[in-house]
Amino acid sequence: MTVLAFISVSVATPITRWPAFIAFFSLLIFAAVMSKIPVLLLFKRALIEIPFVFFAILMPFFGEGEKFSIFGLMVYRDGLLAGTSIVVKGTLGVLAAVILSTTTTAREILRGLETLKLPMIMVQIASFMLRYINVISDEMERMKVARESRGFIATGIKHWKVLATAAAALFIRSYERGERVHLAMLSRGFDGALPSLDSHSVTAREWLTALSIPGFALIASITALLIGW
Amino acid sequence: MSNAPSLQITELAFAYPDGNQALYGVNLTIQKGERVALLGPNGAGKTTLVMHMNGIHPTMQGEVRISGELVDSKNKESLKAIRSKVGIVFQDPDDQLFMPTVGEDVAFGPYNMGLRGEALEKVVADALTQVGMIDFIDRPPHHLSFGQRRRVAVATVLAMKPEILVLDEPSSNLDPASRRELADILRSLDITIVMVTHDLPYAFELCERSVILSGGIIVADDKTGQILNDEKLLKSHRLELPVGFSFN
Repeated sequence: MTVLAFISVSVATPITRWPAFIAFFSLLIFAAVMSKIPVLLLFKRALIEIPFVFFAILMPFFGEGEKFSIFGLMVYRDGLLAGTSIVVKGTLGVLAAVILSTTTTAREILRGLETLKLPMIMVQIASFMLRYINVISDEMERMKVARESRGFIATGIKHWKVLATAAAALFIRSYERGERVHLAMLSRGFDGALPSLDSHSVTAREWLTALSIPGFALIASITALLIGW
Repeated sequence: MSNAPSLQITELAFAYPDGNQALYGVNLTIQKGERVALLGPNGAGKTTLVMHMNGIHPTMQGEVRISGELVDSKNKESLKAIRSKVGIVFQDPDDQLFMPTVGEDVAFGPYNMGLRGEALEKVVADALTQVGMIDFIDRPPHHLSFGQRRRVAVATVLAMKPEILVLDEPSSNLDPASRRELADILRSLDITIVMVTHDLPYAFELCERSVILSGGIIVADDKTGQILNDEKLLKSHRLELPVGFSFN
């Protein structure tokens, strides 16, 4: 939740209040250092962002309105602002998420969500996804090997039909597995409630720690807004 | 009640909603503590029969009794009791193990029966010890080998302290060592066992009695050795011993 709150605060801050963003980055780096994540690992994992910011980089070159030149390139002011905004905010979000996923196992995240009173059904769906994602990806891999063993190599658009059929087969298999799992659950007396994960109660201190980073971010954002930078 | 047969099926018939009839009047009685192999070719109705034993399929005609108690899929309360008495181990352990860790999965059944706290932990630990998997209690199922997952699947059912253990193809996909380990575990249990299988040597190894289900009825019911020696009987129901095998 800390991550979500942090991202919300940073997304809500206008890009023109740039000192606030320096504060946001410092907060994240502080959090990363505190949790002893190697900087290199952090940046490697953050690379996942690249395809998403690709278009943001193009944005300054297309658009309308006021134009000016940087390093001999003509760029649009609005486009530049919007592009920078996406890149900066995106990077903040990704870094925050990477810190969370590096320091916390998926199981703990689920447990956290349960403690935060996320509807039971959503926690259940997420926990089933966690359990079966490997099973399904293994199945997908086996289907791929089976295709390739019979001389199929996907090279272009004319092979999409085969891939689509495979995807459909995978979907049906997963659906049928879902039914078998449900049968297995019924056989063991399932009546709608999963045993709750052994979540411990959260102390006020933990709440305070969790809220501190988004709190500081909010303060930085408001300060920048008030001072009018 | 204690001397009532563990499983008593009388004149059970069943047709799927699409009109495909799977069972045509099955009669089968299994006494407490017996280990019985349920043999039969693919499509003989073995799985359909198993699904009747704990009321997943509603009984259409005939009746099924578990240690004297009628399986009635309309009576929710009695169904709950029945499901705690009949433990089904499904063929694919990935279908059976759906919780994030081995321990939580084994706890699932007893939890549904109302166990909590220390009592629950003890039942889980006991069941995992019985199958020799106690060291894996906090591991996620997908990190285990197939044989280990099959053993955990057996533990998930044992934790419910069933009256009767039903195994669907227990030896399928197991390497010889896992196969023997599972046999040792099954032999060590003091419990009624119904084993659905095509693996005739495995049936011989574990079960003193076998029945053949074919075409929706029980066509043979005898000592396993007798049945496996009757080559003509086996052949007529698409069952065969592995090449070079014989029982004398």
